[in-house]
Amino acid sequence: MSDLQSPASTGQAGKATDEPPVKATAGGDAPSGPAATGRTFLPQSTLLRHLLVLAVCAVLAVLALELSSPYQNSQLATLSYYAIAAGGLTVLTGMNGQISLGHGALMAAGAYTTALFLDAEEPLPLPVILLAAVVVATAIGALVGVAAARLHGPYLAGATLALAVGLPGLAIYFHDILGGEQGMRVRAPQAPESFESFIDAVSGNSASSTKWLAYVGAICLLITYFFLANLVRSRIGRTWRAVRDQEVAAELAGINLGAWRVLAFVVSAAAAGLAGGVLAIVVRLAAPSGFTIVLSLALLTAIVIGGLGSLFGALLGSALLVFLPPFVTNLGGDLGLDQTEAAQLAPFVYGVVLIVVMIFVPAGLVGTIRLRWMTRKAKRAMARAGADDTGSRR
Amino acid sequence: MSRSSRRLLTAVAAATVASTLAACGGGDEGGGGTSAEGGENEASDIGVTETSIKLGAHYPLTGVAAPGYSEIPTGVAAYFECLNQEGGVYGRDVEFVYKDDAYNPTQTAQVTNELVLDEEIFAMMSGLGTPTHSAVVDFLNDEGVPDLFVSSGSLLWGENPEEYPMSFGWQTDYESEGKIIGEYIAENFPDAKVGLFLQDDDFGEDGEAGIRQYIDDQIVAAERYTPGNTNVGPQIAALQAAGADFVVGFNVPSYTALSQLTALQLGYDPQWFYSNVGSDPTLVGGLLNRFSEGKVTDAALLDGALTTGYLPTVDQTDNPWIQEFSRIWDECGGEGELTNYRVYGMSQAYTMAQALQAAGQNPTREGLVEAVEQAGSEWEGPVFAPFRYSEDSHMGTSGMSIERIVGNGSEVVQEVRTTDIGDAPIEEFDQEPATPPANAIPDEEAVN
Repeated sequence: MSDLQSPASTGQAGKATDEPPVKATAGGDAPSGPAATGRTFLPQSTLLRHLLVLAVCAVLAVLALELSSPYQNSQLATLSYYAIAAGGLTVLTGMNGQISLGHGALMAAGAYTTALFLDAEEPLPLPVILLAAVVVATAIGALVGVAAARLHGPYLAGATLALAVGLPGLAIYFHDILGGEQGMRVRAPQAPESFESFIDAVSGNSASSTKWLAYVGAICLLITYFFLANLVRSRIGRTWRAVRDQEVAAELAGINLGAWRVLAFVVSAAAAGLAGGVLAIVVRLAAPSGFTIVLSLALLTAIVIGGLGSLFGALLGSALLVFLPPFVTNLGGDLGLDQTEAAQLAPFVYGVVLIVVMIFVPAGLVGTIRLRWMTRKAKRAMARAGADDTGSRR
Repeated sequence: MSRSSRRLLTAVAAATVASTLAACGGGDEGGGGTSAEGGENEASDIGVTETSIKLGAHYPLTGVAAPGYSEIPTGVAAYFECLNQEGGVYGRDVEFVYKDDAYNPTQTAQVTNELVLDEEIFAMMSGLGTPTHSAVVDFLNDEGVPDLFVSSGSLLWGENPEEYPMSFGWQTDYESEGKIIGEYIAENFPDAKVGLFLQDDDFGEDGEAGIRQYIDDQIVAAERYTPGNTNVGPQIAALQAAGADFVVGFNVPSYTALSQLTALQLGYDPQWFYSNVGSDPTLVGGLLNRFSEGKVTDAALLDGALTTGYLPTVDQTDNPWIQEFSRIWDECGGEGELTNYRVYGMSQAYTMAQALQAAGQNPTREGLVEAVEQAGSEWEGPVFAPFRYSEDSHMGTSGMSIERIVGNGSEVVQEVRTTDIGDAPIEEFDQEPATPPANAIPDEEAVN
C-alpha cells in the first residue's frame, strides 16, 4: 500500500469514515444470527434458515409470475437482472466498503459471453452458458480486484469508471467478432418442454417465451441471493465487514486486507456476469450502448436507495429502477402531458426520489427501517433493564 | 387491380367498393378473408376494435439522440389526428402510442415489451434507429407483430423477408444511397480525389459498399469514427493528409457539425457531400452554434455542400405536399414549427394510412403484411420514388435526388434516380411527382 493511502496520512480519502459506519450501512448490519433473546420460529442454523426463505421466495416468485400479465412478466425479467447485479454490488459496497462504477462493464462481459455462446450452431445448454458468463466476468473481476484492492474511495471510483468507459469500447474495436456499435443480436433460447408442462400444471397460462425468460431471471436471482446471503452471514461476511469498518483493527487481527478485498470484488463480479448473461437473453441484444456509465450509476443508485449492504434493499432499489419510469410516464400522460414531456418527467422524478431519500432516509429504505427497529428494541431493553434495576433496589 | 376507384372520400364508400372488388375475385388469398364480407367493423385482431386501431413506436425522446429525432413522432401524431378528424381508416380512429428509449437498446426492449404486451398494439410503425431496433426485431417477428417502416436505412429490415417476415424498411437504404452518390461523383467529378468519412457501423459500411461500386479507384482514404467519441481531429487530418479534395460523409447530424468545425480549425476546405441522414441544415446549424459556443451561428459552413433527398423539405414552400403538411401541422400539430423531421414522420404516417386501407375493413396482422407486399410498390405519396415492397423484398423507397445545400434549403442538381441493393443498375426516374389527394388522405383499395 502506498504512503498516500495509508490510514494514518489520509484517513478520510481511505474510507468514508473512521467511525464504524452505523448509519450508512445499517441495512447490511443485521445481527448475523437470530437474536438469542427474541422468540423465533426459524431454525437456528443459517443454512437451514436460508433454505427455508429460499423455498418461500420460490413459491412467491411463481405466484408473482403466474398472477401477473405478460407485460409484468417482462418487467420482472428486467427486474431480475438489475437485482442480481445490484445484489453483487451491495455486497461489495455495503459489506466491504469498496465503491465500483464499473459494474456495467462487468455485465457487458457476461452479456457478450452469453451472446457469443448462443451464436454457435448448436448452443450449449443455457445453464452452462450462464456459468461461462459468470466465469469470464469473475476472471475480469479478479484482475480489476487486484488493482482495486490497492485503491480507496475516489481513486477506486476513478479506476472502475475507466473500466466502465473502456471495456465496451472493445466491442467496437473487435467489431468483426462482437458486432461493433450495433452489437450482437441474441437468439433467446427456447423453453424446454418440461417448462410448458410445469406452467400448464401450475396455472394453465400459456408458456410464452417472455414467461420463460422471466423464469430464467427469477431462478438466477434466487440462486444468486441464496449464495450471497449465506456468504454475508458466514465468516467471510464478518471478515469483509471487519475490513470495511476498521482497517487497522482488522489487520491486527491477522486479516490480509488485500486478499479479502479481491475476494469481495470477485464475488461481486460473478454476480454482475450472471446479470449480464440474463440481460443478454432478456433484451436479446448485447450492444455497447446498453452498457454505458449510466447503467453502472443506476445500479449504484439502486443500492443506495434500497439501503447499502442489504440484499432486500438491492431488490427494492432495482424494483424502483424498473417500475418507477413507466409509472411516472403513464402518470404524466394521464395528467395531460404529451408523450415527449411525459418521457422527460421520468428521469426528473427519479432524481427527486434519490434526493429525497438522501435527505430523509440516508441509510436507504431498508437501512432506515432496520435502524429504527434496532433503536426501539434497544430502548425497550434499556427500559426493561432500568425497571429491573429499580425493582431489585427495593 | 385497377385504380378506377380513386378519390372516394368517405370511408364507408371505400369499404363498399373494396368489398365489391374483392368479391370480383381480385387477389383474395384468404389471409384477411373476413374483410371481404363488408359491412360491420369487427375487432378483427389484437389492437383493433370496432372504433379504433392502435399503433406503437419507440424513439429517443430524451438523451443525446433526441434533438431532431424526437420531432418525428409529433409529425406522425399530427397526421393521424387530422386523419381521425376526417373519419380515420374505415371509420376507425388511429391511436398512436410512442415511448422513449433514449436510444438505448436495453430500454428499447423494455418499451417494446410494454407496447406489445401491455398496450397491445396492432402494429409497430416507424421504430427508430439501427442498434435500438435490432434489439426488438426478433421479438416482434416471433410475436407476429407487423413491424412497418422502420426509421433506419439499414438493409436488415428488408433484405431478407424470410428471416423477418413482419419487418419492412421505408427510407432509402444506405447501400443504394451510396451507389447513387458514387455514380454522381463518377459522372460529375471524375478527377476528384475522394475521401470517405464513415460512422463505424452498418450505416457507414453499407454506404461505403455502395459508393465503392462506382468510384473505388477514386477513393484515396476511408476514415471511420465511433459514435460517442467527439474528437474527429485524427480522421479529418488523415483525409487532409491523403489529399482528398472531395469528402463524402456517412454520418449523423452531430458529426456533420463536428467535421465542419474540425475542418475549419485545420484549414481544410474540400467539397463536402453528406448523406441524407446527416444533412438537415437547420439541425446542423443549431448544433454548430452549440458546439462552437456561439462562434458559428448557423449552417453557413454547409453552404455549397451536396446531399441527397428522397422527401420534399420544408423550404420548398411551393411543393404541394409541404403545403398540405403545413396545414396539417397548423391544424393538428403541437407547438413549434414544421420541420423536416416532422415531414418525415407525416410521410411515414401517410404510408401507414395507405397500408391500413389496403389491409381492408377488418385487418389482421398477416393481412396487413400481405397488403404491403402486394400493393406497396404501387403506392404514391410524398416520397419521390416508389417502394420496393414485394414478397421477396421488404426494402423501402429506392430512389434519391442529389441536392446542393443553399442557406437552410437546397436546390436539386440531379433529378431522382432509382436503384436497388447489390449490382442492380441505376436508372433515371421519369415519373411525375405525385400530388397529394384531398386533405392528404390516401385512398387505397383493399387488396384482400
